[in-house]
Amino acid sequence: MFELLGVAPQALFAQLIVGLSNGAFYALLSLGLAVIFGMLNVINFAHGAQYMMGAFVAWMLLTYAGLPFWAALVIVPIVVGAFGLLIEKLLLSRLYQLDHLYGLLLTFGLALIIEGVFRHQYGVSGLPYANPLPGYLPLGFMNLPYYRGFAILFSLIVCLATWYTIEKTKLGAYLRAATERPDLVQAMGINVPRMLSLTYAFGVALAGLAGVLAAPIYSVTPLMGSSLIIVVFAVVVIGGMGSILGSILTGFGLGLVEGLTKVFYPPASNTVVFVIMVIVLLLRPQGLFGTPK
Amino acid sequence: MIDLSPAQDRTAPQSDLATAMLAVRDLHAYYGESHILHGMTFDVRPGEVVTLLGRNGAGKTTTMRTIMGIVKKRMGSIAFEGQELINLRSDLIARAGLAYCPEERGIFSSLNVTENLLLPPVIKPGGLSVAEIYDLFPRLKERASSQGTKLSGGEQQMLAIARILRTGARFLLLDEPTEGLAPVIVQHIGRIIRDLKQRGFTILLVEQNFHFAATVADRHYVVEHGHVIDQFENSQIAANKTKLEAYLGV
Repeated sequence: MFELLGVAPQALFAQLIVGLSNGAFYALLSLGLAVIFGMLNVINFAHGAQYMMGAFVAWMLLTYAGLPFWAALVIVPIVVGAFGLLIEKLLLSRLYQLDHLYGLLLTFGLALIIEGVFRHQYGVSGLPYANPLPGYLPLGFMNLPYYRGFAILFSLIVCLATWYTIEKTKLGAYLRAATERPDLVQAMGINVPRMLSLTYAFGVALAGLAGVLAAPIYSVTPLMGSSLIIVVFAVVVIGGMGSILGSILTGFGLGLVEGLTKVFYPPASNTVVFVIMVIVLLLRPQGLFGTPK
Repeated sequence: MIDLSPAQDRTAPQSDLATAMLAVRDLHAYYGESHILHGMTFDVRPGEVVTLLGRNGAGKTTTMRTIMGIVKKRMGSIAFEGQELINLRSDLIARAGLAYCPEERGIFSSLNVTENLLLPPVIKPGGLSVAEIYDLFPRLKERASSQGTKLSGGEQQMLAIARILRTGARFLLLDEPTEGLAPVIVQHIGRIIRDLKQRGFTILLVEQNFHFAATVADRHYVVEHGHVIDQFENSQIAANKTKLEAYLGV
């Protein structure tokens, strides 16, 4: 079969794994965006910068404090999430009464500032981050790099846990209800402003977590976020703004599609996501998993 | 902010502040620049069912939303069991022991019936158990796993009332619970309200239909242009029928 397609199975599966692990990052990042947009109605343009911060904090922990990747996996989301909390409390919370556009402008400005600070400090060339899980698992038809396998699995678990929390638990019921009618939920005795702060912090923490996971795969640079976030926004548009499950499935799915495109028609691999976005917008403007407004 | 000068206090409450469970004094509220409430003053005593009657746009719903802190721009005094609520955040008002059932019912479409029912947090002991609630509203048990907004209008109204009975709040604000419902469901809601009064709940009810209000309430306030223009004991309703019809334009 592979001979018929003119592709070596090794190359095909290798690209599938690369595609899936890219998809893992798309999913984690678009999930954070979906959670934030669903609750706060804010399009968090700083998401890419917060992802980059995650990678940098992991690198700093390793370089300055000697803390290994596994410690960073726990510490970084907390640090980056706390940074998100600060932004929400000081800035974002003042914009909820206004049009979407103001939140977008604020977070876009923040992204530029954060990136600028890191560029000033570290330049644009990549900083290396050692792979914590070197080696690969020989499967015969392909070699599965341990770390990529771990990144895919870990991201999948985090995504599903987030989905479960939002769709199946009491806390999630508060979140879903507050998405629909924040005034009413607050009049039931729930501290909605605090819930908004924590939701933003959580979404940002997811971006930070994606950053740590990315550090050993991509090189750590101040621009790593802005190059990725454009694709992630396309993923969000394809999946449907605010849909939790949609963002997870679309993230992994588009990663795979990208990987396959690299095998069969490499020149299109960087644009395929945007082509799909155009088609989805034409046929189903609310996105694959979105509900029409 | 409490101003009881005769000019402001158009209908002097018969009870004093000490006996009222909820004492609203010279309440003003604004939506943006529009001034909606112009000095609402009324009392609800413990165990009473009191209605706010009035035409569309008189300010009845705004009064409820203002008491609950949903309308943020407000002045005057709202004393609940002696505690001043006027500057409290909405969630703290709810935690003081008031529960609100909005006119549009506010059933959440992304939650099923059980999730909707269990959503409001229990704020103090003394609320109804889920079993007691299902006794009052057997339909809700049958529809437990349906999506909230798939229910009929009557079922949604039942759910909206049911979910605020669990919380332990002893003061209920019910905004037009009979609006748009079939007569048989209106009767059911009437029975529920009398049952809740029996159980010791205090209820502030907004109604346009004074025939229904007369079957459940102890006293009535007539609201127009954002303030109270008249009040009646329920026993005086028949004697004042013409006057009331003129007020309500029926």
